[in-house]
Amino acid sequence: MLDTGLSMDAVSVVLVWTAVAVYTLAFIAYTIDLARRSDLAIKAKDAAGARVLVGVGGGGLAGGVAERGPDALEVAPSQRPRYLWARIGTSLTVLGFLFHVAADVLRGIAAGRVPWSNMYEFALTGTMLVVAVYLVVLFRYDLRFLGSFLTGLVIVLLGGAALAYYVEVVPLADPLKSVWLVIHVFVASLATAVFALAFALSVLQLMQARRERLTVAASGDADGAAVAKTGPGFLRTLPGADALESLAYRFAIVGFILWTFTLIAGSIWANDAWGRYWGFDTKEVWTFVIWTLYAGYIHARATRGWRGTRSAWLSIIGFSAVIFNFTIVNQFFKGLHVYSGLS
Amino acid sequence: MSNSRSDVSDPLRPADHADTPAPDTAIAQPRLGVVGWLRWGWRQLTSMRTALVLLLLLAIAAIPGSIVPQRSADPNGVTQWRTDNPDLFPVLDALQLFDVYTSAWFSAIYILLFISLIGCVIPRTRHHWSALQARPPRTPARLARLDDHAEAVVELPEGADAAAAAAEAIDAAQIQLKKAGYRVERYDARDVASVSAERGYLRETGNLVFHGALVGVLLAVGIGGGLTYTGQTVITEDDSFVNSLGLGYTSFNPGRFVDTGSLPPYTLTLDRFDVSYTPLGEAGQGQAGDFAAHLTVREPEGEPRDGVVRVNHPLDVAGDRIYLMGNGYAPTVTVRDPEGDVVFSESVPFLPQDANMTSQGVIKIADGLDEQLGLVGFFYPTAATMQSGAVTSAFGDLLNPLMTLWVYAGDLGIDDGTPRSVYTLDPDGMTQVAGGDSGVESLELAPGQTVDLPGGRGTITFEDETASGAVESVKRYVSLSVHRDVGAPWVLAFATLAVLGLLAALFVPRRRLWVKATPEGSTLRVEYAGLARGEDPAIRGAVADLARDHAAALARLAPAGAAAVAPGVAPGTRP
Ligand code: HEM
Repeated sequence: MLDTGLSMDAVSVVLVWTAVAVYTLAFIAYTIDLARRSDLAIKAKDAAGARVLVGVGGGGLAGGVAERGPDALEVAPSQRPRYLWARIGTSLTVLGFLFHVAADVLRGIAAGRVPWSNMYEFALTGTMLVVAVYLVVLFRYDLRFLGSFLTGLVIVLLGGAALAYYVEVVPLADPLKSVWLVIHVFVASLATAVFALAFALSVLQLMQARRERLTVAASGDADGAAVAKTGPGFLRTLPGADALESLAYRFAIVGFILWTFTLIAGSIWANDAWGRYWGFDTKEVWTFVIWTLYAGYIHARATRGWRGTRSAWLSIIGFSAVIFNFTIVNQFFKGLHVYSGLS
Repeated sequence: MSNSRSDVSDPLRPADHADTPAPDTAIAQPRLGVVGWLRWGWRQLTSMRTALVLLLLLAIAAIPGSIVPQRSADPNGVTQWRTDNPDLFPVLDALQLFDVYTSAWFSAIYILLFISLIGCVIPRTRHHWSALQARPPRTPARLARLDDHAEAVVELPEGADAAAAAAEAIDAAQIQLKKAGYRVERYDARDVASVSAERGYLRETGNLVFHGALVGVLLAVGIGGGLTYTGQTVITEDDSFVNSLGLGYTSFNPGRFVDTGSLPPYTLTLDRFDVSYTPLGEAGQGQAGDFAAHLTVREPEGEPRDGVVRVNHPLDVAGDRIYLMGNGYAPTVTVRDPEGDVVFSESVPFLPQDANMTSQGVIKIADGLDEQLGLVGFFYPTAATMQSGAVTSAFGDLLNPLMTLWVYAGDLGIDDGTPRSVYTLDPDGMTQVAGGDSGVESLELAPGQTVDLPGGRGTITFEDETASGAVESVKRYVSLSVHRDVGAPWVLAFATLAVLGLLAALFVPRRRLWVKATPEGSTLRVEYAGLARGEDPAIRGAVADLARDHAAALARLAPAGAAAVAPGVAPGTRP
């Protein structure tokens, strides 16, 4: 490193690893929370005995809290169930986020520009936005059950980027000196963060839908004789598959708008930099593929026979394409978008 | 979320839309004639499922083009691919995998998709047009059956006219709803008064604008492409480019409808090319940046003006946009015959081969000497000797410029008129007289130096430009790309329209609200209910807000008749 002792960038790296460590603790807390919810759900079920369902819009399924209506997720923070470990998880996530922001800001100051100009920085900022979006959304929806999933995702992506993609600060290459770097890449990261939430909800939706199917099937059998395995117990404390789907959809459409904007901003930039707004460069192809997949998802949600499980798969495929685009396409596909900073 | 009753003011949806009631399959299908089959086919093509499948197919079909090099984006990659896989190439080529985005199968998918789109949007637009004129529907008889509903009981003052009070209460609700942007309609019957309100037509408008704008984007791309041209040129410092097909361009690709005879007449002179290199010893050392081509622009009318072309900042001239695509060194070389007469003196653009600007160029001397000469040169702006003894460039800037040359004598093969690239030399029919295996050392020159050509063929000089007052010892050149794209602004306009439409289509809630007042003895029962038409996460809040604000309005109207919200049906609380 430089002779000024610990450079700003080196401090930033230390902060990144601190954030990863704190997120790991948050992940553990959230996981304990899910495990305890399973216990609670089972106990609650035992205690409930023959008591009648109190949920609204239950649709007549046997079970517990899971059958609450779609609005069950919209709970003011003060009125949420007091899951101790979830609270610890959220507090740790906030703490990790503070280290994360500090790391990102320091990297930006060290570089003298926005910290999203190569893959390392893009991952640094992108994961920060995932956490930021999650924390902001928490004010409105009680999505703490996504905590272990999202902190897990962030740990893998951030830790992985710090190990595999780290590059020292170098001056920006000319093509990247553009306001569109600031706008296009930032909006793309934000879209990715929102899609990540939609993805997580779609995965849970699939698990929940499976549980609901199995529960219905089991209740058809002789009373409780066959205690079928219906998936992780914490699912019982979550909203029903329909509610998860409609929330996943809400995030996906926000992500879709942001992605549409990314596509257009990228075209404007390409027109300035390369003299054409669209040329089916590999990265452009993948941006288009992702856009089309999510347009397909939105249509699927509105198509009879596709709503529900099938459309959830499209949301999952869409997000897989986003991740593929960021990792594999950036590193191994040939094209004009050479900004990974890796050699 | 919404119910499936449909009426005029509901948007028209394809038969397999999730909100359209499923057809009763028990009814026997009538036998289909030709017209019946056509109608059936059309209905299939314009169904949601077809649109969905075509969208997914489009996504999948686009992928191969990111894996296999494309002629349009990467012609050299295609050539390389052919060399690497000679057996597979014809197969993939026959499948049009090197031209995915113009291939028959890719085109078929998007054309079908757009036919489906148009077939879907036109009837919906017609339907929506009449829906815009329709009145909000009649108040349902039993509001309490709706999911989102609230109720309040108002005590009436002693001896009050219940029917009048009901009408008055609904008047207040009507004003309130109207203010909130709802279209309202009164449905009063005997002593029961009610108002029906609807909002969010903009949602369907947005959807139609979005889908329509996609057609606009496609048309603008298609038509614009025919009117677009791009051309490449190379200008050396102090040289000029004339915007004319015969004179200026090294390559030119016009769209189908371009009149190549009437390009706007202007000239560009390269006064100076700036570039800076990150100094050695700093992070990113040797990296080049801040490229700027300083040009003088001369148009038929007006004074010559200065213009700068930078990366990301093209220059606009007479409706064309000029882009900086590359740069390099153009050493000036003078060749004299044995008598000392100049037979060649030119600045020759050398093509950069690596990040440190090791560059290669070819000098062809066709006339003036006994035999034609071909020189293949390497130019090193900062020459350094590697351990192997080979010379390389260690830095992109002119710290220690050096040129080495191999010399071939014989027939250049250009006299028969066959076009030859100025950047390559075909050594067939020539003998190497310096460098390589010729037994003679290759020529080495620094700027300002002159050496003898082998075999008494004369001399060659690498001119030092500082001798004639320039700042740098070697000239630079730029390669520019000249573009005209009349479609691009239209594409942008339609894309922007699409985004606006999308925002409305996805975020404007479409819903109906009703308020009904029913006199019951000495009280007035006021019911509030809402029905979401499509995705509407805020419907419950809307009903609650309506009930709260209306209760407040009633309290203002008749302070004595305190509005009491009936227990158990309190409007849902909102965070
Ligand atoms: C280029 C192809 C297409 C794209 C990119 C596309 C994209 C979209 C998007 C993003 C939406 C969500 C916005 C909204 O709800 O208004 C949407 C909705 C819709 N699209 Fe398309 N679409 C395409 C073709 C079609 C076709 C061919 C049809 C006719 C079958 C169609 C029918 C619909 C309908 C009915 C909706 C409303 C869905 C709902 O009720 O939520 N679209 N489309």
